[in-house]
Amino acid sequence: MALNAEESGRLAALLGGHAERVTARWTEIVTGSLRGRLSQAELRRQVQDLHSAIATTAGQGAIDLSAESSGELRAALSELSRGRARQGFSATETTISIFALKDVLAELVQEAGGADALHDYIAFSNLVDELGLFTFESFVRTRESLIADQAEQLLELSTPVVKLWEGVVAVPLVGTLDSARAQVVMERLLQTLVDTGSPYAIIDITGVPAVDTQVAQHILKTVVAARLMGADCIISGIRPQIAQTIVALGIEFGDIATKASLADALRHVLRLTGVETARRQPRRDA
Amino acid sequence: MERVPILKIGDILLVSIQLDMSDQTAVQLQEDLAERIVATGCHGVIIDITALDIVDSFVGRMLSTIASISKVLDAETVVVGMRPAVAITLVELGLSLNGIRTALNVERGMELIAAARADELEYQLDDDPDAETATP
Repeated sequence: MALNAEESGRLAALLGGHAERVTARWTEIVTGSLRGRLSQAELRRQVQDLHSAIATTAGQGAIDLSAESSGELRAALSELSRGRARQGFSATETTISIFALKDVLAELVQEAGGADALHDYIAFSNLVDELGLFTFESFVRTRESLIADQAEQLLELSTPVVKLWEGVVAVPLVGTLDSARAQVVMERLLQTLVDTGSPYAIIDITGVPAVDTQVAQHILKTVVAARLMGADCIISGIRPQIAQTIVALGIEFGDIATKASLADALRHVLRLTGVETARRQPRRDA
Repeated sequence: MERVPILKIGDILLVSIQLDMSDQTAVQLQEDLAERIVATGCHGVIIDITALDIVDSFVGRMLSTIASISKVLDAETVVVGMRPAVAITLVELGLSLNGIRTALNVERGMELIAAARADELEYQLDDDPDAETATP
């Protein structure tokens, strides 16, 4: 428990009695640390929210940050740190908004004086520390979820499945192929095969910087899965160095068709499906 | 006991598996199918597993057995409609359903059987020199 009923009563009196002054001074200290990256008005609003949340909670008796009665206070703190995290503020800049309250309280307690001044100040200070820690934690949580979201979006972005022809789809793989990506590619490709009813798929690895046994394993699994579903896969875009690596590593592609370029692969598939390709005479201008 | 229905479409028997297979239903299906192939003289069997969420080694073996039985009775078996998740699981388990032909959907499966049948007939005609002279 951060503050007992008596202490929080005094805190409520202190914050309530000098509301205008506390928020003004608090805003002033925070403004200095943020170097003008947040407008004065918005900062003032945030500080007022926090102030009223702390004052209300203190007014209800003993403050315990994990108790149900402090729900409003926790919400206000989370709101602040979420906002800061999304706006790209650093952890220090976020927590200092809370720790600034210490300076304000120190001034107020000193002015009020009395026998309990030191004791009160230490208790208040502990409370502010706890609030700061909570803010920091929700800041980190928000940042982590942001990073996770971005990683997922990147994964989605990097694996398009395109339709090349009636009944032919292609997956241009770009970048390193790890297990997570390989899984996404596999699922996407197979789903597209079902959705479009395409019996042919071309896996183009032009954009894959290196093919090791693991990458080959992933590609082979995809091809076998597609075969199980009744579709045929062709691997294209094998660069000379990669062909050498594949042979050097002893990777066997078995009876899977491999082509040097996407164009070759498409021509191969079109021949299999019986589509005639004819070269047209270029039109001459009179 | 539940039975898997076998539908005849032209020269093809269509088996759509809509329920979880048990030992009994599998054996019953094999018996029914063998009888129907002989009775109808069909040359193609399509097994639709679109509705199956899980294909384990048991179902895999059942499919292999059905394919082998049909082969003996001169009917081509095609498994159609396997879901992506099922295919991935099979690959991860290392089951490759050897000797079973697959197609994306029933339509493609029918095309596949028709193509295989056409190849076979052509081959027989080519093989038999009297065939052409007999029918001018």
